[in-house]
Amino acid sequence: MSSLDELEQQALQAVAEAGDAAILDDVRVRYLGKKGLLTQQLKQLGALPAEQRPAAGQEINRVKQQVQQAIEIRGEVLQASLLNEQLASETVDVTLPGRGHTQGGLHPVTHTLRRIEQLFRPLGFTVEEGPEIEDDHHNFGALNIPDHHPARAMHDTFYFDAHTLLRTHTSPVQVRVMEQRQPPLRIIAPGRVYRCDSDLTHTPMFHQVEGLLVDEHVSFANLKGLIDEFLRAFFEREDLAVRFRPSYFPFTEPSAEVDIQCVMCAGEGCRVCGQSGWLEVLGCGMVHPKVFEQVGIDNERYTGFAFGMGVERLAMLRYGVNDLRLFFENDMNFLAQFN
Amino acid sequence: MKFSEKWLREWVDPPVSTAELVEQLTMAGLEVDSVEPAAAGLGDLVVGEVVSVDAHPDADKLRVCSVAIGAGQPLQVVCGAPNVAVGGKYPLAPVGARLPGDLKIKKSRLRGIESHGMLCSASELGLSEDHAGLMTLPAEAQAGQSLQTLLGLDDTIIDIDLTPNRGDCLGIEGIAREVGTLLRCPVSVVEIKPLAATIDDTLDIEVQSPQACPQYLGRVLRGIDVMAQTPLWMQERLRRSGLRSLGIVVDVTNYVLLELGQPMHAFDLAHLAGGIHVRYARQGEQLTLLDERMITLDDRTLVIADHEKPLAIAGVMGGIHTGVQDDTVDVFLECAFFPPDIIAGRARTYGMHTESAYRFERGVDPGLQHRAIERATALLIDIAGGEAGPVTSVTAAQYLPVSIPVTLRKERIRRVLGILPGADEVTDILTRLGMTVTGQGDDWQVQSPTYRFDIALEADLIEEIGRVYGYNRLPSVVLQGALDVQPLDEAENTIEDLCNVLVSRGYQEAVTYSFVDPALQASINPHMMPVPLANPISSEMAEMRTSLWPGLLTAVLYNLRRQKARLRLFEHGLRFYSRDGEIHQDMMLAGVITGSRLPEYWDGKGVPVDFFDIKGDVGSLLALAGNDKAFEFVAAGHPALHPGQSAQIRCGERSVGWIGRIHPLLAGQLDLNPDSLVFELEYAALETGQLAKFQPISRFPSIRRDLAVVVDDTLSVADLQTAVQQAAGDLLQELLIFDVYRGKGIETGRKSIAFGLILQDYSRTLKEQDVEGVVTHVTDRLGKEFGATLRD
Repeated sequence: MSSLDELEQQALQAVAEAGDAAILDDVRVRYLGKKGLLTQQLKQLGALPAEQRPAAGQEINRVKQQVQQAIEIRGEVLQASLLNEQLASETVDVTLPGRGHTQGGLHPVTHTLRRIEQLFRPLGFTVEEGPEIEDDHHNFGALNIPDHHPARAMHDTFYFDAHTLLRTHTSPVQVRVMEQRQPPLRIIAPGRVYRCDSDLTHTPMFHQVEGLLVDEHVSFANLKGLIDEFLRAFFEREDLAVRFRPSYFPFTEPSAEVDIQCVMCAGEGCRVCGQSGWLEVLGCGMVHPKVFEQVGIDNERYTGFAFGMGVERLAMLRYGVNDLRLFFENDMNFLAQFN
Repeated sequence: MKFSEKWLREWVDPPVSTAELVEQLTMAGLEVDSVEPAAAGLGDLVVGEVVSVDAHPDADKLRVCSVAIGAGQPLQVVCGAPNVAVGGKYPLAPVGARLPGDLKIKKSRLRGIESHGMLCSASELGLSEDHAGLMTLPAEAQAGQSLQTLLGLDDTIIDIDLTPNRGDCLGIEGIAREVGTLLRCPVSVVEIKPLAATIDDTLDIEVQSPQACPQYLGRVLRGIDVMAQTPLWMQERLRRSGLRSLGIVVDVTNYVLLELGQPMHAFDLAHLAGGIHVRYARQGEQLTLLDERMITLDDRTLVIADHEKPLAIAGVMGGIHTGVQDDTVDVFLECAFFPPDIIAGRARTYGMHTESAYRFERGVDPGLQHRAIERATALLIDIAGGEAGPVTSVTAAQYLPVSIPVTLRKERIRRVLGILPGADEVTDILTRLGMTVTGQGDDWQVQSPTYRFDIALEADLIEEIGRVYGYNRLPSVVLQGALDVQPLDEAENTIEDLCNVLVSRGYQEAVTYSFVDPALQASINPHMMPVPLANPISSEMAEMRTSLWPGLLTAVLYNLRRQKARLRLFEHGLRFYSRDGEIHQDMMLAGVITGSRLPEYWDGKGVPVDFFDIKGDVGSLLALAGNDKAFEFVAAGHPALHPGQSAQIRCGERSVGWIGRIHPLLAGQLDLNPDSLVFELEYAALETGQLAKFQPISRFPSIRRDLAVVVDDTLSVADLQTAVQQAAGDLLQELLIFDVYRGKGIETGRKSIAFGLILQDYSRTLKEQDVEGVVTHVTDRLGKEFGATLRD
């Protein structure tokens, strides 16, 4: 049976040397095919004496199985290396940039407006809007600023005719809301406002958010509580120092201006806060009785407060922008910084 | 209101530093704008007394002076000022001294003569704009004395930004009262003794409009030396309040204005014809003002007139012809009360801003006039001599403001402020404010002094209590309220939602001015009637935008000039136009794209954007509205857009927006990339979306059938699509357009359009004959309606 041993050795060697699937298949046909060398060995069994046939047959089958197994293993190896080659050839440079549109972004004023809205909405404030071309009455008269009041001169108003103007603040929205609805009221009114003034620190258009809360038991202490919390949340500074200074607005009384500790220098004094350590960020006060009178809200039953803030001012402090005019130049190098 | 701290401290001298004083004022609502030294860096200067003046041998205009400076030898100083005189005392900057502007005085030679210092003018010291000659110091100045000591320059100038309600603090007296209240210290009021008349002269005063002038006081002063030098202390106080010295008479009236807050005016008696008439101007009357401007008066302007002509705009400014001149000898002093609403707006109407109008507009104490005229008379006669006649006073008491007692309820204080300070503290605060408090129990009656004419309501008193008590001592209490669930409209598309869509499609938000250049607007949107501003800030911002495109295109240009070739910008905001005399303000959403479709990329060439890029973006917005089939793109012309690549966006019959490529002529005119496309949509059309409504899902397979038809090139795909949808019926789940072809194999004037029909049934698997049936229907319909043939 030395020839069977030889055949086994030859077959196993041929399997081991098969370089690809086609050669391996040729090897299989050569040894295990219908006319294969091992198959022929089986056919030659008949020539052996009967008593030797079972042992010889067993031995041939063992060799056949051995070769078959070797072919299968070799086949898997060849397949795996083929896949590896394919995968290797498909390798990309994962550090190359991705394809498609880059994300755009919102204007920093919009970011700031949304942030303010997001802070007030959960407290039950609804967002209200009003016209930007306003009438004299809503912008001034109804807010206790009669004709020729000195406060009018401070507003640098853009006019269309004697009674039509660009709103100088978002306060007319509170009047419009109070004309239409009865208390309790909780609103904020964001939007564009206009003043006929243009220099380093003034643009003829800017944004404000007005707030109004009217209810049966609302006090200046509540106004302080809300503004304190809002400013600390807005600037994400739990320890932010906030102070209320008496001031004057014709449509609120008592009126206050609100300063925060300078967020640039932590109150140490710097160029931004004019060395004072404080930054004025907001005006507010209790709704003036004459304003309630004009819109028919009962002064004895209700009290309320209003507040107004400059959005660009807050955005400048929040993001460290040092020039107001950048907000309206729309330079991509500026805008893209807020994406 | 700018003033000298030293002056204030003569009235009230709290034991606190300047910084603390300023802090207290600011925190009481008198916001201090600035605190500056009265004079910077004049510490080295001394009084120099000129002992001799000799001509300079080599220069006509220079003089060689010997200047005594107390101890030591007199200095030799070369001087070019015309007014240098022997015996004169002037500021001297010795060698080594520094002057404002960091000028260091060195020993020098002027045309060969040594000079050991410099005699100075007021402007060289930064004390005034007067540079006509040396600053003349008073006779009592001692040679060698420190200039700083002599002029009291170790002073601070405090500038308070007063709110319009605090007219009472537009004088030192008012600020002193406020400081006294806040810091609990006594205020020494200047004692004003009525000056007995030494002559009988008076001038008739007739107030024809007593409502507009409830109180008018006048007084004749004769024999005034108008050339008398204004004392240095007065000049310095005026200067520190920002007023120039203009001669003794004007200086005295200005001084009283600053001290007491009462504006006054002095007329040259010699130029008055007859008596004084206080009346409204006659329309068209003319007056030349002190600033030499001739103005034409209107009949809403109150004037001070004589029997012939208007002399002054009441409470605003005097006329030049009756003002005090160098040759004036006799003066008529006026001191009146005009209610704020009479003066308000007058100065502005005539383009003026005066200290007088500023005070009358905010309110002057109606109880002040007698004191003020006595104070001015005393000062004037003391400094400039002369004799005073009796005060003529015309008062219409019924028109003078009266202080009515105001009821102050304890409960109301608590409701408004959130706390009720102790009754003692409340009455103490009010009393310190000069108010009279009466009553017990729940209410007080509070009577304000005449100078607190701003107090008329209970709210005014509560504010005062809060202010003096200290806002920062008031509690800060978080509001409690009902936990109401807010309505939430799920189908609503907020402007934020729409903006977010654009941002995720690569658009950057811009914010542009709502007023634009009329010329640019006319070339972009000529058919809408713009709303022009009456007082624009510049001609490039003269009218309200009728579209967001002018602003966006300007922003594109700005960035193109800064090497940004690929841009995607959007903006939302109102557009304004006028129609049938009515102004419309609509919320719009607009965008612009230019440059390559995608950011420059490493595996291929950039393709420029085209109509369908921006249409895709608009489509994603319309899709948010829930029912994008409600919107139609109808080919239409717009002046700003390419006629073959523009469409009106319609919702039903209504136009809700525009889309298209910028017209090449406009692009050329603006120097814009011709591959620029824009859209603009009315927000109202997008605001209401649709709530999702479930449709059953088919479990059976879908079948796709592709169909290429050849039609006339002029046909729009939208028409074919509608026909296909109708012909295909309910089995059509989706209709794709996957190819549009013109060229070889297709006749000129025709195009091939390839549709992909995706068919599916809800109850069964479709059979071949179902599909064939649909295709036949579709091809028949397209053939009949549009002359479409199947492409081979």
